[in-house]
Amino acid sequence: MNEQPVLAVRGLGKSFGAVRALSDVSLRLYAGEAHALAGENGAGKSTLIKTLTGVHRPDTGEVLLDGVAVDFHGPADARDAGIAVIYQEPTLFPDLSVAENICMGRRPLRSLRRVDRSAEYAATAALMRRLGVALDPDRPARGLSIADQQLVEIAKALSSDARVLIMDEPTAALTGSETARLFGVVEALRAEGAAVLFVSHRLEEIFRLCARVTTLRDGRWIATDRTADLDEDALVRRMVGRDLDELYPKQPTEPGAVALSVRRLTREGVFRDISFDVRRGEIVALAGLVGAGRSEVVQAVFGVDRADAGEVRVGGRPLRPGSPAAAMAAGVALVPEDRRQRGLVMEMSIERNIGLTGLGRLGRYGLVRRALEHGRAADWAARLRLKYGRLSDPAEVLSGGNQQKVVLAKWLATEPSVLIVDEPTRGIDVGTKAEVHRLLSALAADGLAVLMVSSDLPEVLGTADRVLVMHEGRLAAEIPRADATEESVMTAATGRTGREAA
Amino acid sequence: MSETRTTTAPPPVPEADHFARSLADTVFRAREIAVGGALVLLILGTWLSNHAFLDDQGVKDLLLNSSILVLLAVGQSVVVLTRNIDLSVGSVVGLTAFACGDFVRDSGHGPVVVSLLGIAIGACCGLVSGLLVSFGRVPALVVTLGMLYVIQGLDYWWAHGEQVNAADIPDDVLGLGTGSVLGVPYLPLISAVVLAGTAYYLRAYRGGRELYAIGSSPQAARLAGIPIRRRVLGAYLFSGAVAGFAGALWLARFGTVVADAANGWELTVVSAVVVGGVAITGGTGSVWGAALGALLLTTIGSALVVLKVDSFWQQAITGVLLLAAIATDRVLQLRTTRALRKRSRQ
Repeated sequence: MNEQPVLAVRGLGKSFGAVRALSDVSLRLYAGEAHALAGENGAGKSTLIKTLTGVHRPDTGEVLLDGVAVDFHGPADARDAGIAVIYQEPTLFPDLSVAENICMGRRPLRSLRRVDRSAEYAATAALMRRLGVALDPDRPARGLSIADQQLVEIAKALSSDARVLIMDEPTAALTGSETARLFGVVEALRAEGAAVLFVSHRLEEIFRLCARVTTLRDGRWIATDRTADLDEDALVRRMVGRDLDELYPKQPTEPGAVALSVRRLTREGVFRDISFDVRRGEIVALAGLVGAGRSEVVQAVFGVDRADAGEVRVGGRPLRPGSPAAAMAAGVALVPEDRRQRGLVMEMSIERNIGLTGLGRLGRYGLVRRALEHGRAADWAARLRLKYGRLSDPAEVLSGGNQQKVVLAKWLATEPSVLIVDEPTRGIDVGTKAEVHRLLSALAADGLAVLMVSSDLPEVLGTADRVLVMHEGRLAAEIPRADATEESVMTAATGRTGREAA
Repeated sequence: MSETRTTTAPPPVPEADHFARSLADTVFRAREIAVGGALVLLILGTWLSNHAFLDDQGVKDLLLNSSILVLLAVGQSVVVLTRNIDLSVGSVVGLTAFACGDFVRDSGHGPVVVSLLGIAIGACCGLVSGLLVSFGRVPALVVTLGMLYVIQGLDYWWAHGEQVNAADIPDDVLGLGTGSVLGVPYLPLISAVVLAGTAYYLRAYRGGRELYAIGSSPQAARLAGIPIRRRVLGAYLFSGAVAGFAGALWLARFGTVVADAANGWELTVVSAVVVGGVAITGGTGSVWGAALGALLLTTIGSALVVLKVDSFWQQAITGVLLLAAIATDRVLQLRTTRALRKRSRQ
């Protein structure tokens, strides 16, 4: 490659306090090429992206645009230089219209520097046609689905004629068909000569979309390879730095007594007539398409949502409905799907987050003894191999995988007899993922009853003793481990038509 | 969540979201309509019980009484839109009214100079609050609460228990408060001009829209490269300048000014803004709504006097209106979100 890269970084270093997030990282992006950035959570991918887009300023090294060193003072500089970013969580203005969101920052002006609304509308409508989407430019962004928000972000990038498109895990919240549509758009952009930098935890997406892949580990550059010369195992080795003994370690267990028993649980319009048992020592997966009602079922079991009918028994005793406190007292723990919103108090320290579920046990008469709190946190951090600076750091500084471990620690510290986990490994890197699986398996072997909601089919097949499949609010099938295959689960999840895979 | 959108060839852009758009429009205008309606009903009802309420003098009084509050509400809305608040406006009015009075008493300058002086003093106060909030990153509530007391203290120290008397004020300055053109007093005209100008700026200019954007999602605004600090500083400067101007007008209207003039007005202003539909969490609402809110609160006060109801009811009614406004905001927001979501699934 003698060609001039559109955007490059050389010898980049960045520290936050004592933590070295990046050291000596180099990367070159060429026009018309999709480049993947791989690495575990906490490897420094997000920091690198934020440096490229002017959110962070590098401590050492330089960012080169067309071979010339540039110094971005803020996101506006990077945008003006033709760099567009699509973040994992879309960042739209809910109160502004789609058109205003897209044109924000570089809006068409007419006389007296007034904003030209009709030009704004027309430009947005044209973009939507180009993307093949039916979104009214005048509707407010509030209430758009994640996929649609993602599309608005892409339209934003298109509207600025971006030469470099950076995507930070854009597919994490998308269904299969939405991902396919996104990729179609990205492919077209690339063909028109844009340089694309793509971050994803889904390895197959990296191989499908990208010509080359740069791997980071612990903030360092490890390798840049052509994807054609690499297979998934080799890439995982580069990311993890060791062979994964097994992604889905499964310890054989003997199911014991019924720990959780759900009978005819119904919530009007959401799910209906759900009955199942989870035994001690068993991992039961709740599979199905997004929107089938899985999360809603476990939330009703835990009492976050009310059920209209039905009964939940824990260890044979009926559970008072609609009361998470009663559920916790009975030994049920729920690790929620959305760790940012529901799992953690992001600004609070790690130890306090872990302590939250057991404040009553950390002291007497409403007093919380800091030493006990710290001890409990340190204990669990060690057991789950949490990577952290200090336990008094806020949870938000941790990487996604480590945040998930904190949520797990928080709930395991309640010493539950039934553990419900909702999408335990979403947005988590391969290495941590395997650790979470090993942990769940070990917990089950110790006699814990585990109910796991997951959209990740290999995870469902790899870890579960039994698979319950939901379809449109009903239990469509119960498949024992031996018979569970991608095909059998998907057939049930899609309502026995087996036509569409999520 | 919209896995129903699986068809590969979506329909061309047309009317798909038309419903959502008109719905949102209705909701966003609903507040102006509701407050306007309440205002009309209130005026009608009071007029029926006492026709003097709407004779020439009555209308003039209504307009005069509300114009300073409207002005302050306009300035406040611009700040509230950015998800901040300016609690110092009441004492800024008091300070500038007194300072302006002190100044013309000795120098005998005309209304233009007095107004400019008021605007300058107000802008200085706004500059301090704005710098602390935008560059100092101190929460607006605390900064402006502090400013409220600081400015008030300054005012008391300056006044030394004295007051400015109407007799000392030049007639042309007082004329600003009492004069009229074609039967319409100056004060409401001035408020209307400021109101219309601000509304147009917010609607048609990039800076105005960016204020909405900042209030709607500060994080997204940062990533979109919006100069947040400059805009927030600008909002405070504007609010301060408008409050200073209002102080000069206060002097012109009342002539006699004591140090604690407009004491406690900041809360009335915030109430007017919120009742008028500017979300206290920023991002939505219009200055027209805020002005209507100010008009409504003033009219309630006047109506109670005409209806011979004890005036302490005014505060209770304001409070109820405020709670009702916030409650409807919440309900409406939930319902629109749901409706829009439903719509985008189809």
